[in-house]
Amino acid sequence: MPRLDMQAESLFEKLWNGHLVRPQTDETPAIMYIDLHLVHEVTSPQGFDLLREQGIGVRCSGRTLATLDHSTPTLPADENGQRPWVTEQASRQVQTLQGNCEEFGIELHGWDSPSRGVVHVMGPELGATQPGMTIVCGDSHTSTHGAFGALAFGIGTTEVGHVLATQCLLQNKPRSMRINLEGELGKGVTAKDLALHIINRIGMHGGTGHVIEYAGAAVRGLDMESRMTLCNMTIEAGAKAGMVAPDQITIDYLRGRPRLPEGEAFEQAARQWLQLASDPGAHFDQEISLDASTVAPRITYGTNPAMSINVGERVPTATSDSQEKALSYMDLRAGQSLAERPIDLVFIGSCTNGRISDLRAAANVLRDRRIAPHVRMLVVPGSEAVLREAEQEGLDELFRSAGAEWRLPGCSMCIAMNGDLVPPGKTAVSTSNRNFEGRQGAGSRTLLASPETAAACAVAGRIASFAEIKSDSKTTPEIT
Amino acid sequence: MRAFTALSGPILVLAEENIDTDQIIPARYLTVTDFDGIGEHVFADWRHDAEGELLTGHVLNKPRARKSPILVAGHNFGCGSSREHAPQALLDFGFRVVISSEIADIFKANAQNIGLLPVVLEAEQHARVLEMDGEEITVDLEHSRVTVQMADRAVQHWSFSIDPFARHCLLRGLDRFDYLSQAEPDIKKFEERL
Ligand code: SF4
Repeated sequence: MPRLDMQAESLFEKLWNGHLVRPQTDETPAIMYIDLHLVHEVTSPQGFDLLREQGIGVRCSGRTLATLDHSTPTLPADENGQRPWVTEQASRQVQTLQGNCEEFGIELHGWDSPSRGVVHVMGPELGATQPGMTIVCGDSHTSTHGAFGALAFGIGTTEVGHVLATQCLLQNKPRSMRINLEGELGKGVTAKDLALHIINRIGMHGGTGHVIEYAGAAVRGLDMESRMTLCNMTIEAGAKAGMVAPDQITIDYLRGRPRLPEGEAFEQAARQWLQLASDPGAHFDQEISLDASTVAPRITYGTNPAMSINVGERVPTATSDSQEKALSYMDLRAGQSLAERPIDLVFIGSCTNGRISDLRAAANVLRDRRIAPHVRMLVVPGSEAVLREAEQEGLDELFRSAGAEWRLPGCSMCIAMNGDLVPPGKTAVSTSNRNFEGRQGAGSRTLLASPETAAACAVAGRIASFAEIKSDSKTTPEIT
Repeated sequence: MRAFTALSGPILVLAEENIDTDQIIPARYLTVTDFDGIGEHVFADWRHDAEGELLTGHVLNKPRARKSPILVAGHNFGCGSSREHAPQALLDFGFRVVISSEIADIFKANAQNIGLLPVVLEAEQHARVLEMDGEEITVDLEHSRVTVQMADRAVQHWSFSIDPFARHCLLRGLDRFDYLSQAEPDIKKFEERL
């Protein structure tokens, strides 16, 4: 139906306006309705306590979906069914969520579920994540779900309690930003490289207070998994959420997923989703354009995701005390070539790059190659579904014979809460999203990169690009 | 939630920019199921060496740290993870106010929800307080202003802006949940339209 009002709205405004239980006033924030609440073991226990204090239940258990991912071991249970918990407390935390889900009637994808996975990998796989929804989770990388044209953002534990109890949140309207990504990504350049490039350009607080919509030819050309990677990293620029308007690629990804209707009902929903795109002339508080064709494979060298360079570039000069401190933490010097830097670990996984396309990309690099003998490499699928698909394709075998460890799904070394960690002083190339001091374990040094680059580094035993090792012979070069 | 009206006390300065929530509380302390005593782990990796020994020279390990109700941090404080454990740990440690020239969105919301007052100052004023480690200042929420005494003893008042509803709740010690749960009829009406 043609729109009668001539007010052009952005994707974000359509979702914002469509979810207002009460509008914002000068004195009070808006009350926003939440369509989907994702829950995991770390940020929920105290939220459930609110329900007990109030003597109430979960308002909409059907809009709540839980998984086990953060504190969970990625090594299998022993013959007695005992899992290798990092601490008693980690095990208790998971039991607490299991108990809470049982008590409050919430669908939990626990150990026996074929769908269990990192919360932001699982939601889209199940088709629980849908265009036009408001989605929250006690986890900052909830921004991932924005790839579907949802308004998705992380909340704190107190707010987890609010949503459990009322299915609503108090919110002030954020500002909006559109990032137009013109041109096409070059060959061998991934959404991870694009995300690191953007964060480097706008800075790690360039998006503070904003919801970012990614638009332009380069975004339209990305598949759904790449769009998820891009939106996932949006929080690293300080933004509340990242979004991509739904298009045919979105619809094709969603068709047939378990939580979606079938047949005509799906097609009807799909037609509505296509209407969500920002109207021509929609207003954004900020708008910037970047040429995606100039983006090259990137890697971080500092202690925040904005500190990245092209693989092969030299470490830039520090321009502030913080950057100075970051370089010293990373044991790097300005002007140094990263290619000289030996590495100790490689981590392939996380809600940023733990989906099947990421594993395939890493496997593609490792095919007929072996990782350097001094490198330990962990491959952790983002979900049981990713694990199954990878095993059907024989990727587990490929990783093992290349010298890597093949693990069970979970957050693993991305947050290092479950015992999978980078030891003090060691250097890891990681496909996850944060390189903060100690993020992968106290004293750990993290360089963020795409799965291709991370796998290439594993083979070279130092920082290297895929292009570089392709031109090498298939043996591991000496480290000098 | 404890009410916050005004408070005077010495400030503790952590001048680093971009202090993320992984620094405020490292992930390995997130396996708790309640927040009691979580302040013990605040900035754990800054306060301890690689062997886990307390670094007695670190400002956060000085006796004055627990007596400073106001933390002043470098630009862009609280970025990264949404863990509420971060403001909870600061509050439990003894801070009631966090001042910076920029505070990350989720951290700010979490802090306001639990009664830790986030104050964002203009860059120039922020730069001034960064140089006043240990000195006493006043944070007055009633008048939304910070009062400092300059080196020449001149007193300056700097106003800061804060979300009016957060201010309203903090001043009276009101739980935001109460407001939300009173909206029940509207929530029902909204759900009927779904
Ligand atoms: S994989 Fe990492 S970023 Fe993603 S949800 Fe888990 S801990 Fe958070």
